Amino acid sequence: MKSSDGMRPDPSPDGDPWADIRDGVRKLCARFPGSYWQVLDRDRMYPEAFVAALTEAGYLACLIPEKYGGAGLPVAAAVAVLEEIHRSGGNGAACHAQMYMMGALLRHGSEAQKQRYLPDVAAGKLRLQAFGVTEPNAGSDTLGLQTRADRDGDSYVINGQKIWTSRAEHSDLMLLLARTAPADSVAKRTDGLSLFLVDMAEALQAGLTIRPIRTMLNHATTEVFFKDLRIPSTARIGEDGKGFRYILDGMNAERILVAAECIGDARFFIDRAVAYAGERVVFGRPIGQNQGVQFPIARAYAETEAADLMVQRAARRFDSALSCGPESNMAKLLAADASWHAAECCLQTHGGFGFAEEYDIERKFRETRLYQVAPVSTNLILGYIGQHVLGLPRSY
Amino acid sequence: MKILVAVKRVIDFNVRIRVLPDGSGVETDNVKMSMNPFDEIAVEEAIRLKEAGTASEVIAVSIGPARCQETIRTALAFGCDRGIHVETDQPPEPLAVAKLLAGVVAAEDPGLVILGKQAIDDDCNQTGQMLAALLGWPQGTFASELVIGDGVFDVTREIDGGLETISVNAPAVVTTDLRLNEPRYPSLPGIMKAKRKPIEARTPADYGIDVTPRLETVSVAEPPPRPPGRMLDSAAELVNILREEKGVL
Ligand SMILES: Cc1cc2nc3c(=O)[nH]c(=O)nc-3n(C[C@H](O)[C@H](O)[C@H](O)COP(=O)(O)OP(=O)(O)OC[C@H]3O[C@@H](n4cnc5c(N)ncnc54)[C@H](O)[C@@H]3O)c2cc1C
Ligand SMILES: Cc1cc2nc3c(=O)[nH]c(=O)nc-3n(C[C@H](O)[C@H](O)[C@H](O)COP(=O)(O)OP(=O)(O)OC[C@H]3O[C@@H](n4cnc5c(N)ncnc54)[C@H](O)[C@@H]3O)c2cc1C
Repeated sequence: MKSSDGMRPDPSPDGDPWADIRDGVRKLCARFPGSYWQVLDRDRMYPEAFVAALTEAGYLACLIPEKYGGAGLPVAAAVAVLEEIHRSGGNGAACHAQMYMMGALLRHGSEAQKQRYLPDVAAGKLRLQAFGVTEPNAGSDTLGLQTRADRDGDSYVINGQKIWTSRAEHSDLMLLLARTAPADSVAKRTDGLSLFLVDMAEALQAGLTIRPIRTMLNHATTEVFFKDLRIPSTARIGEDGKGFRYILDGMNAERILVAAECIGDARFFIDRAVAYAGERVVFGRPIGQNQGVQFPIARAYAETEAADLMVQRAARRFDSALSCGPESNMAKLLAADASWHAAECCLQTHGGFGFAEEYDIERKFRETRLYQVAPVSTNLILGYIGQHVLGLPRSY
Repeated sequence: MKILVAVKRVIDFNVRIRVLPDGSGVETDNVKMSMNPFDEIAVEEAIRLKEAGTASEVIAVSIGPARCQETIRTALAFGCDRGIHVETDQPPEPLAVAKLLAGVVAAEDPGLVILGKQAIDDDCNQTGQMLAALLGWPQGTFASELVIGDGVFDVTREIDGGLETISVNAPAVVTTDLRLNEPRYPSLPGIMKAKRKPIEARTPADYGIDVTPRLETVSVAEPPPRPPGRMLDSAAELVNILREEKGVL
């Protein structure tokens, strides 16, 4: 029996503390159906309206502390947001970096830098979602990067090139990793790189060029060129030479969140495959009645549920400030595999119709394939597990 | 002016409803539940009136089992100020709901009560009308537009073949139709704030209302399966079938 006039605490339905956030994101995404994404995909356009809606509703600021105008939620909440976007058939890659890239600034920036940028990032007035790391000659081997930032009085002069710098045309700030000391002059391999926050509008007048790259998916990715770009030394985040370490701890968050997108993709594919297999009748019965159709979907489902447990575990460790490198990497590996297998079985289940754009399957199929390669390729995760978790000799 | 909105927890409109094997009702275990879509429209209308400065406070009421609080939280996330949950074991029948709402109205003294025109689970379309009768208030049902004037509300109603606009004296009961507005989706700050907004816990006994069912459900059955369609080769063939087989031409 309960009292009839007390105030009850907020219950957590189904033990999912993010059920309300999931619901909110679902409602938002329902305004952006497959037809919206199909047109953008065809024309390789940025999903402005979707990103604006998500920004305005505050979801992209979920990880920014309340004192800077965000919601101050743990990574597990951002996991729920991105998973739901992808499960709805949308694509969070257009703006997911706005959620987590500010982490480098938050953890390693000066209070003045945080005050200057974070409230505007939280409000969506500033987009901080371009990450300049990968270079043509330094892909998986980040430490081999060659773009230089040379100190000159109270500025740095940047020369070099980045590739696959996604969303560069849709970002006000770029987080840039560049070499400030030659590789052969530093004591540790991981020293000599520094992290900068580049004001894109200014830089475009002063030596930065952006060139879009057309790819098999609508991803707003680019290559960027720096020619004697001069930026103030106050644009540096943290200490000179420590940039690589600063981005490393942001990578766990990135991996967990990309894994969440993969889980969303996998669930999208499974939802669609189940619905279609139940409806489509050939040879006088639903195709889902054939084990050849049913079992791959069942397997994809089991894989997805297992991968999701790893994503949740990685997020829990991240949010408890425990080490989570192995869990984050395994979450990314398992979730990307689960989504890819689900994509394959969903396309196969749809027969010829899976290839038709209006079904969204072929688009999502192309989109989820990316996660076998970016932001870290499957092989590099296996190499990491082999060396750092299992203690095998370094293979790369 | 205070506005009271009624929000019912129903099976989500996306869910494929399954009838229980014994025909006593429909499956609700592990089924996704949501706010009745017409009630979302009621909430939206009330919040817009608050944003416009016409309403001072919006109170969301839900009647039913413990988990109706989730539905109230949703209303709070949209922007309602506080909630009242009247807990019952089962969702009561429309008359009992109307009596309980009348009890809440007596305690809260709102100038306007907005409800959905019907709930998508039982499609009763009774509660708003019964509430108006119990309160002795005017009612504007099936509203597709609501204009708040000085002591009167102009309600545009969707009726067969067109629209009808009536003026009702305040206080009044209004029920929403689909085209009244397009409800917003909750923002993240809205969801966060909702967690800290109060929900008052009540029981039918607080209002002296007996919610014992007066109706007996005889049976619940699936709609008959739709016969499969047929592809025809020509309009002539269609005309022929309509004339010869169906005898409708
Ligand atoms: C659409 C898209 C968006 C991207 N967005 C960004 C971005 O915003 N910012 C950014 O900095 N980067 C971005 N990237 C780059 C991405 O992180 C890299 O593509 C990725 O890290 C792989 O590097 P690479 O392409 O140079 O491949 P490589 O390093 O050349 O690798 C090629 C293949 O060889 C394998 N391989 C390499 N070394 C080994 C080894 N030692 N053992 C076994 N296998 C190995 C890899 O697994 C891979 O399959 C993006 C890429 C794409 C395609
Ligand atoms: C780009 C493209 C070009 C095409 N060109 C032509 C063309 O020029 N001419 C033409 O006539 N057709 C063409 N087709 C059609 C193609 O031959 C069919 O898509 C294919 O035969 C599959 O039929 P379906 O798409 O109806 O799939 P469905 O028959 O609906 O099958 C769906 C899925 O269920 C599986 N399945 C179905 N029944 C069973 C069962 N009993 N046991 C196990 N699994 C089962 C199938 O293997 C498939 O994976 C084309 C298709 C595409 C996509």
